Amino acid sequence: MSAASPVIERGTAASRIAGIGVVAIVLLLALAPQFLSAGAVDRMTALFVYVILAAMWNALAGFGGLVSVGQQVFFGLGAYFAIRLANAGLDPFVALFVSAVIVGAVSWPISLFMLRLKNGEFAIGMWVIAALTHLLVNLDRLIQGETGTSLISLNVYDASTRRLTIYWLALASMIALLAILFGLLRGSTGAAIRAIRDNEDAAASVGVRVIGTKRLLFVLAAFGIGVAGALWLATAITFQPKTYFNVQWTAYMIFMVLVGGIGTFEGAILGALLFFLIETWFGGTGVWYLIGLGATALVFSLLLPRGLWGTLEERFGWRLLSVGYRVRLPTSVADPTGETISPAPATAHREKA
Amino acid sequence: MMNQIVQGILLGGYYALIACGLSFMFSVMRIINLAHGSLAVLSAFALWLLASRFHIPPFLGLLIVLPLMAVIGWALQRFLLERSARGGALLPILTTFGLAIVIDNVLFEQFGADTRSLAPFIGSLSYDSWEWPGSLYVGKLAVIIFVTAVVLLGGLQLFLTRTGLGRSIRATSEDPDTAGLVGVDARRANAVAAAIAMVTVGLAGAFLGMRATFDPYAGATQLLFAFEAAVIGGAGSLWGTLIGGIVLALAQTLGAKIHPQGFLIGGHIAFLIVLFIRLYTSGLGLRGLLRLSTGRTP
Amino acid sequence: MSLLSVEDLVVRHGLLQAVRGVSFDVARGETLALVGANGAGKTTLLRAIAGAHQAASGRVTFDGADLSGVPSHERVRKGIALVPEGRRLFVQMTVEENLLLGRSAGRAGDWSVERVLETFPNLKPRRHAKAGHLSGGEQQATAIGRALMSNPDLLLLDEVSLGLSPLIVDRVYASLQGLISSGATIILVEQDLNRALSVSNRVICMLEGRIALAGDSKTVSRDEVTKAYFGLHRKGAGGVPA
Repeated sequence: MSAASPVIERGTAASRIAGIGVVAIVLLLALAPQFLSAGAVDRMTALFVYVILAAMWNALAGFGGLVSVGQQVFFGLGAYFAIRLANAGLDPFVALFVSAVIVGAVSWPISLFMLRLKNGEFAIGMWVIAALTHLLVNLDRLIQGETGTSLISLNVYDASTRRLTIYWLALASMIALLAILFGLLRGSTGAAIRAIRDNEDAAASVGVRVIGTKRLLFVLAAFGIGVAGALWLATAITFQPKTYFNVQWTAYMIFMVLVGGIGTFEGAILGALLFFLIETWFGGTGVWYLIGLGATALVFSLLLPRGLWGTLEERFGWRLLSVGYRVRLPTSVADPTGETISPAPATAHREKA
Repeated sequence: MMNQIVQGILLGGYYALIACGLSFMFSVMRIINLAHGSLAVLSAFALWLLASRFHIPPFLGLLIVLPLMAVIGWALQRFLLERSARGGALLPILTTFGLAIVIDNVLFEQFGADTRSLAPFIGSLSYDSWEWPGSLYVGKLAVIIFVTAVVLLGGLQLFLTRTGLGRSIRATSEDPDTAGLVGVDARRANAVAAAIAMVTVGLAGAFLGMRATFDPYAGATQLLFAFEAAVIGGAGSLWGTLIGGIVLALAQTLGAKIHPQGFLIGGHIAFLIVLFIRLYTSGLGLRGLLRLSTGRTP
Repeated sequence: MSLLSVEDLVVRHGLLQAVRGVSFDVARGETLALVGANGAGKTTLLRAIAGAHQAASGRVTFDGADLSGVPSHERVRKGIALVPEGRRLFVQMTVEENLLLGRSAGRAGDWSVERVLETFPNLKPRRHAKAGHLSGGEQQATAIGRALMSNPDLLLLDEVSLGLSPLIVDRVYASLQGLISSGATIILVEQDLNRALSVSNRVICMLEGRIALAGDSKTVSRDEVTKAYFGLHRKGAGGVPA
């Protein structure tokens, strides 16, 4: 190419400011319950759960190239194992996390099997897993079929302690999971992940451990969604299998990630925020709300497949939380022939690992 | 026992019917349509509407609904799938999933949560049965469904191997670029294939409504049945779908015999077992679990 | 009037400019040989004429009609047929089915399955065999036959001798010779320079996406073409032939 060498940078000035911003936001969120009403604290807890769900589905689909419509299985299992553990005498708050660990452990053997499926077959195969798991959980006498049961042992804590504890647990879980994901994407695995995202076959041919990397993302996503399910149980107390194993949860995840920006770290968070706002404003409209969600997902997948963040990022070169390196080509290289890349979503990323 | 096996086999005809459109679309366009089940339920609701509001019996209503389904299939391909398939293999999954959510909830908005059935509109056909030797009672409807499935699969096979349009579709499914270079309009072939697939979906929806009940959210279950039957039947010919449907139905029958809630569980487990065996014996990267070799002559 | 006219055609492969401003005309009944090293842009040029690649700029005119934006199957209908590099048969379909597919465009003409089998007698016993089970020579014959079935006015042949034994190549060219003498218009890409010169009226040598040399096959010297082939030739015989 040209003699002028490209500039390699990690993050931008904006991303350094964003780093400080993140710390400030976290502190603010941690102190927020002091100023918020009980109802608002519950809503914020829901938001944290949504962020977890979006980030985890994005980890799987956006970075691992694995679109699953059966992720509700881990959400349901997260809640179910928590019920089971609490019933066995474990402290309910401890049970939430032990449950998520079990979900992660369970997802490993599932991954051995399911990751051999491709694309649509994987997507719908996961749905079969979710449907089967739902039916099997129904067989548990403790759950009493679709009647369900409750996390009664949480009642040993009074209402406000419970609310605050769950809030902080959700906040901490969200931050921890995002940090894990961020660390993964920034570390050596991140290079592999981006290579797979851009071109799986090429990645495999240069020695990237495709299956191993995908499995890591699969287990992480299962664990994270398990945490989300357990947290949701803690706020809702009641466990009805139909609610937790509902494909709607995956629909929410898909909506958040598609709208926010699939394959971008910030996009999933943005999507969760938007979803949270839409739910707050329109959730009461019932079925039209769901129609709207489906239609929006449909329109985004057709017209704006990179989502809001992906589009903005491409248009303006934004990058707040930089997960990779960027190569800024010196202007002399960018001759007209070199710049016209067809905007195929999978390959248009100019971020190089 | 013999009776249950016969019922299971006949039920397999229904599963073959709902599965064949799914695997047909997959083998031609490499797209799994997640709105498949919802579209079948849409067809059932359309027939129900015609029957309950306009007193058009379902079998007559098919003359209206099936052409409509063909148009829907054509439009689906032209306006949604073609566009989203350009964005890679993952996008059509999301697009069709979004579509399924829209269809399900629009149906819910229009028809409410009540379960419906087409059985009241087909007279005694819904419960009439023939007595076969060995004091076997087989429902007339179940036999009609099974025969329809066989005729449909056979017809589809003949169409694909014996007609120019069928050859165009097969050529497009094998290599769309080269198909264009020999003069095949690949877009048209795909749209025709989608239209045909939706006609089979419409037919499946009709029989779903006649043999059982349905509600706006019944699509997901039908999609899973279709997928399971298609995968179990697998990479053979279209006839594999029939075998897949029968295996699925027999597994469900067996499951129900073991446990009162075992019907669905039996089917899912059979699916996973077959999947397991196929994954670990074929050793293939499983590029086309669902891929039919449509080129096989009957 | 020329049958095909290519004007300043530019075709890109992603970032790569595979064809960079190529112009030439082909008259009815002419046989044009395209030669050049691997990667010179010959295949891309043929595929762009057939509509498998979209031109970034420039124009292809066929029989007086501008082909910009016309998809490949429409071009077959207008009378352009390509025998693609590597045959690209539908391997799950029989020889007969492959041939019948060539008729998809629905152009009237003399070519039928029977006539193809007459032209390529080696295909006769293989009529109902799957294309995937054919030998290389049989595959090539099927691919040419499939293109002929569309009764083309212009036949584009991309490396028909690739991977075939010399004996089979002789046979393929013998049958092509029949076509040429019957007045067909052909553009062929051929690695074997001698064969390319002997079978064609005119030759174009491409180098890095451009025309390095164009001339009459009967008068151009072999040495000159070889020089152009390796880029030693400096704009000698002019870029655009008459």
